[in-house]
Amino acid sequence: MNKVMEEKTNKNVNQGTKKPEVKKEGIKKENANSIIEVNDLNLWYGSDQALYEVSMDVPEKQVTAIIGPSGCGKSTFLKTLNRMVEMVPIVKTSGSIKYRDQEIFSSKYKEEYLRTKVGMVFQKPNPFPKSVYDNVAYGPRIHGIKKKEILDQIVEKSLKGAAIWDELKDRLHENAYGLSGGQQQRVCIARALAVEPDVILMDEPTSALDPISTAKVEELVQELKEKYSIIIVTHNMQQAARISDKTAFFLNGELIEFADTDDLFQNPHDKRTEDYITGRFG
Amino acid sequence: MDKGLQSEGKMIDVQQMIERNKNKKSFGERIEKIIPFFLLLCAAVSVLTTVGILFTLLRESIGFFSNVSLIDFYTGTSWSPWSGEYGVAPLIGGTLLITLIATLVAVPLGLMSAIFLSEYANDKVRRVIKPVLEVLAGIPTVVYGYFALTFITPMFQAFIPDLGIFNALSGGFVVGIMIIPMVASLSEDAMNSVPNALREGAYGLGATKLEVVFKVVLPAALSGIIASIVLAISRAIGETMIVTIAAGATPNLTFNPTESIQTMTAFIVQAATGDTTFGSTIYYSLYAVGMTLFVFTLVMNLIAQYISRKFREEY
Repeated sequence: MNKVMEEKTNKNVNQGTKKPEVKKEGIKKENANSIIEVNDLNLWYGSDQALYEVSMDVPEKQVTAIIGPSGCGKSTFLKTLNRMVEMVPIVKTSGSIKYRDQEIFSSKYKEEYLRTKVGMVFQKPNPFPKSVYDNVAYGPRIHGIKKKEILDQIVEKSLKGAAIWDELKDRLHENAYGLSGGQQQRVCIARALAVEPDVILMDEPTSALDPISTAKVEELVQELKEKYSIIIVTHNMQQAARISDKTAFFLNGELIEFADTDDLFQNPHDKRTEDYITGRFG
Repeated sequence: MDKGLQSEGKMIDVQQMIERNKNKKSFGERIEKIIPFFLLLCAAVSVLTTVGILFTLLRESIGFFSNVSLIDFYTGTSWSPWSGEYGVAPLIGGTLLITLIATLVAVPLGLMSAIFLSEYANDKVRRVIKPVLEVLAGIPTVVYGYFALTFITPMFQAFIPDLGIFNALSGGFVVGIMIIPMVASLSEDAMNSVPNALREGAYGLGATKLEVVFKVVLPAALSGIIASIVLAISRAIGETMIVTIAAGATPNLTFNPTESIQTMTAFIVQAATGDTTFGSTIYYSLYAVGMTLFVFTLVMNLIAQYISRKFREEY
């Protein structure tokens, strides 16, 4: 164990796991259109294992919801998909995640590049303390797009994409901190859209929002799946049922069940899934 | 269960006890009233001291300006009080030259240290470097002065052969070293208080570490950083011992850092410790220079306060 911890690069550490008991059949359906394929993913924070042998294929241009009680590893799993989890220095991983058939843990794969493809929206709205325009233009700018006309177009398109253009088109140069929480979160979504990612990860994006803003963001997610593959972590099972096509249920770091949303909520195959969605725990 | 507590077999009623104690017009109650006055008195000491200093400075300066005209004082370009020339410009020039050199040393070094400590260093490294850096601030300035005179100047002389023993360059350089901790420590605090969510937001867009530091953290911490720089500059303006020892005592209106100069503070030391007669014009000039110095540092402090309010980014 110590040897593993000393290894600074936490890519593909081969290591046995304590609980390799997940039944892969029934969880992993071969899907022709999967955009991210996760195989046997294990993750440790120091010596605490947070994910056990997770394998799932994320479908393209659909909404995949991840549900589960607090501390079940769903946010950790999400952050692994764009390697943000590695910002915690003690994290170690093993297994494989392929984004469009490329191994993202490979040393050749640049995490900055990955994150332009796999964007992220966070739990609490986190706009930069800059104008709305500069927030949305931030991504394109750091990736070398400097021309004003192009940036103008990107900002407009992204804000339209996040369904907030009409509200903000006259306030583009106001500080984003003056906006309401719901508006801030949609600006953050616009900021993610501005680099035209392929996949958008959303980590409980509505948990800090009021019901009306939540409804707007949910509606937005429905529109966005036309163009983007969305993976959304949520505490709210009704939300998962409302907006997702597929749902994954995590418990204690294991993927218990992954199925079409209707299927999972109506005929859960696993007793634990059933207990959770019927509110017996969690 | 019965309400109330049992003690030594007797029932006691807490409310009754409170009532009884309250009725004793006690010592404690008087203390409650006196303490705020006492605290106010303590707070007043520093305010009164400031007022006292200001009053003395003003009164004695007025005495000086009845002998030397205000216009001559501020427009004259020669400072030679022992032969009756009271143009303060060379002293102000000397102070500004020292401050400029010190700023050029302290701002880049301090800021880079702050960036390293806040964004790059791991906990272990930070725990070693930060206290060491802060020790710099605790070194007596007289030690710095001799360090400048006996170590820095000879070192510089190896590169600049015609550097005098007393020169603005070494003095300013060491004043700069002295104020590094101020810039570094306050700037690091400012950067540390930038929420991690902002960094994550930028990383999530594919930003590199450098882009996060320079395009997110620095702008967000800018008000704190500028305030730290202004405060450090004001400290450099008022610095006395280093420049008295290392920069010389030659009132010299020059911007050549290799020459010997005299700052406002160094003149005050010279006049206050020399055999200046009480009541002479030179004696009063001390206050006029002190007043000028006070205005300089006051203005810098006001600027620092204004900046940290004005540019505070709400996050």
